[in-house]
Amino acid sequence: MLAERRSLTETRSKRGTAQVFHLSFLADPLSVRAALCATRARFARQMSEDEAGTLELVLAEVLNNIVEHGYGADETGTITLSMVRDRCSMICSVSDDGVELPARCLDHLWDGGPSRPAPEDLPEGGFGWFLIRDLAEDLGYHREGGRNLLTFRLPLQALSSDETGADSDHP
Amino acid sequence: MNLTAKLRSDTLIIRVEEDRLDAAVAIRFKDRMREETAPASARVVLDLSRVVFLDSSGLGAVVAVMKSLAPERRLELAGLTPNVEKVFHLTRMDTVFPIHADVDAALAEGLRDAG
Repeated sequence: MLAERRSLTETRSKRGTAQVFHLSFLADPLSVRAALCATRARFARQMSEDEAGTLELVLAEVLNNIVEHGYGADETGTITLSMVRDRCSMICSVSDDGVELPARCLDHLWDGGPSRPAPEDLPEGGFGWFLIRDLAEDLGYHREGGRNLLTFRLPLQALSSDETGADSDHP
Repeated sequence: MNLTAKLRSDTLIIRVEEDRLDAAVAIRFKDRMREETAPASARVVLDLSRVVFLDSSGLGAVVAVMKSLAPERRLELAGLTPNVEKVFHLTRMDTVFPIHADVDAALAEGLRDAG
């Protein structure tokens, strides 16, 4: 987690004005959908269609997981999403006030853990974390003061400096 | 959750008239599919050509529909857009569904099998 936070800070300082995109929304399926659409629109010009689709999928899996497991059925909570476009990746952090992410959610993704859902078993779920792990890099989780913070990086094709979303290196 | 269904000879073609098949509509999709697949047909083809986004909840709902039709009928898919195809590929669920380029290809295959 700390590594991600550092790289996010570096991105900002290096570019001077690199913009961090922040979005806070209710932890429910329709709000998640709206947030995904807003995020896609915001970064549409900074990545390919394919990359935008991958980013939307990873974010959807992370956010749906919070909606489904982070907050109880009768509980309303909020999710805060922060993203910044680096030259060759998208750095994302997602925070919420829900219950702690069970260690197994991340542990079982590493070598030696239970295997991913087998297609021949016709699984109706259990894909989410594997999709996240397959597509995202530098996945980190940290809990502090009752808040969950999940960070990850999505590698993207490098852009030239004038496309990164920074206003300019000379404000 | 908008679905439209039409019967072409013995094939029921159900088209998802939505841009997204995601967690927000997954349960409703399963319910609507149960209604739309009630009429008897030899085949059921799900036309996903309008859907540009599918998450794992949407995928799970499609799998649930497939299981609800078995063993009498097998759910076939048609018209997967690139992002939807990616999810099927990453999860290897493209190995358990017959997948056609589009509805016409699905129907042509039926004719070929019949002939």
